[in-house]
Amino acid sequence: MNANQNGNVHIEVRGLEMAYGDFVVMRDLNFKVLHGEVVVIMGGSGCGKSTLLRHLIGLRSPSKGDILYDNESFVQSSEEEKLRKLRSFGVLYQGGALWSSMTLAENIILPLEEYTNLTPSEISDVVSYKLSLVGLAGFEGFYPSEISGGMRKRAGLARAMALDPEILYFDEPSAGLDPISSSRLDDLILQLRDSLGSTVVVVTHELQSIFDIADKAVFLDVEKRTMTAYGNPNDMLRDPPNDNVRRFLTRDSGTD
Amino acid sequence: MDAQAQKAVFTVERAGEKLVLRLSGVWKLGCGLPDIKEIENLPVEGEGYKSITFDTSGIVGWDSGLMTFLIKVLRFCQTNDIQFDQASLSQDLSSLLSLSQAVPEKEGLGEADSRGNYFHRLGKVSIGKYEEMMASVSFVGECFQSVLGLLKGRRPFRWRDFYLVVQEVGFDALPIVALISFLVGLIISFLGAVVLQRFGADVYVSYLVAYGMLREMGALMTGIIMAGRTGAAFAAQIGSMKVTEEIDALRTLGISPIDFIVLPRMLALFLMMPLLSIYAAIIGMFSGMLISNIMMDIAFPIFLNGMKEAVALPDFFLGVFKGTVFGVIVAVSGCLKGMRCGDSADAVGLAATSAVVTGITFIIISNAMIDWVAAIYGM
Repeated sequence: MNANQNGNVHIEVRGLEMAYGDFVVMRDLNFKVLHGEVVVIMGGSGCGKSTLLRHLIGLRSPSKGDILYDNESFVQSSEEEKLRKLRSFGVLYQGGALWSSMTLAENIILPLEEYTNLTPSEISDVVSYKLSLVGLAGFEGFYPSEISGGMRKRAGLARAMALDPEILYFDEPSAGLDPISSSRLDDLILQLRDSLGSTVVVVTHELQSIFDIADKAVFLDVEKRTMTAYGNPNDMLRDPPNDNVRRFLTRDSGTD
Repeated sequence: MDAQAQKAVFTVERAGEKLVLRLSGVWKLGCGLPDIKEIENLPVEGEGYKSITFDTSGIVGWDSGLMTFLIKVLRFCQTNDIQFDQASLSQDLSSLLSLSQAVPEKEGLGEADSRGNYFHRLGKVSIGKYEEMMASVSFVGECFQSVLGLLKGRRPFRWRDFYLVVQEVGFDALPIVALISFLVGLIISFLGAVVLQRFGADVYVSYLVAYGMLREMGALMTGIIMAGRTGAAFAAQIGSMKVTEEIDALRTLGISPIDFIVLPRMLALFLMMPLLSIYAAIIGMFSGMLISNIMMDIAFPIFLNGMKEAVALPDFFLGVFKGTVFGVIVAVSGCLKGMRCGDSADAVGLAATSAVVTGITFIIISNAMIDWVAAIYGM
């Protein structure tokens, strides 16, 4: 849908500083994500990966700096402008975050009802299609509590894709998944990027996923409180820009 | 092995520049470890030795008890500039000790809250309370805005959720409200029987029951039941939705959680609470009539006649009005505490507790205020 924009900057983070009250989590973050790229935000536990994601999707406001989508400031935009932008995002939360009082179908219907003028029969077609994409065809009437964690995550992905988003955000997609489901999810992410042309931003510390899917990776260094590397993870592995990145990518705990 | 050998003991020996700690026995937690304070009584530097070494050959068995002892000794050595001869420990002990010392203790942790003097902390708490108050005010404002939006027809309304909540807070609450108000009516008329009989004013028990149930107890008891039943449920529901990021998922889809979650709940209570108060008052008056008939032989027609003289329409409306106000209080406090919930299981419990306490407190306060205003206007 936006293949013609390939190569243009989609997301730009400029001098971003994130803080909880007086406590600065990360400062001086700068990177650009091009249309159609898969970018991984990686780093040790507690370094602020998920916090960065929450800033990107507008759940938190930065204490300094700016986030731009298609060269327009997201942080400073008006409420309506923000809502319009939000509609072009799809977010897969860590546990799926399906609304527990609704069935899977209703979870996907809600955004469709809210933002499109589709007729009920069209909506139900779209719902079955989205569920079939994530391998959950026939589960329309199930409640989130009736399916497994991995299925919940996939259903969450179906909901995130409901409005054919331009950007898909994933928060720790492989957390709590077995290796096979996790690699299947990685394949799915790549397929979606290829077929829909969406930009994909993934927060993860799963090395295998990082090497498999990332065009580029942002490394957040918990000790230096800033990003210390940006680029292709395979290149980083071959020529590590600093020791922390090397240790992270090679699982070197540094005890021997 | 005799009992003496089983007991954990250590002896101190001087060997030139070294101090030898000879450990023997079973060094396990709960098996009577030697007093760790004895380490502090060891001779310190300048008294002729520079290192502490160990002889652990006499140890029969050990667990964390021995490790805590060794770490104490290590600390003692570090503070007194004495060499700690780790090599003299067995391989297992030495590697465990290294592991425990691998990452230095982070400084400044756990001091964040206790830092500063009394005024510093008082200031911090006050700022926290102030922020909480402002958040409550802005929440009420957002709710109001949401209601206005609904009235203007600008915002979509979740009718299906609304019906569900109506059932939850209305129909499902009927049995408990009936039970409590039946008992309250019984108590009032029992009270009347005891007190009024002394003055030979038995007949006026109908006055007491009707006046009490319609104006005060009907709405008040319903309010308190609903605060405990529904306010807590709202806070817990919304709180867990926050923990599982369901609220965030709404926000990132551009759907206001206030419109989506809070509004149906508020509206449901706004409509159901007056009805429940009327229902409670009727049941309370009925039970009062029953009891006065049994205890004081007051026939039903006499009771009903007395009631007719005692209360009028304004009393009824006062009760309904109170019910409505209490309903809004329960809904707002429940939803507010849920939305302000932290993101752990613990926080959900706190939110539910806090919703009930806030709800009941404000119900009692507003009840007193409404009575006061009503008294001024002679209602």
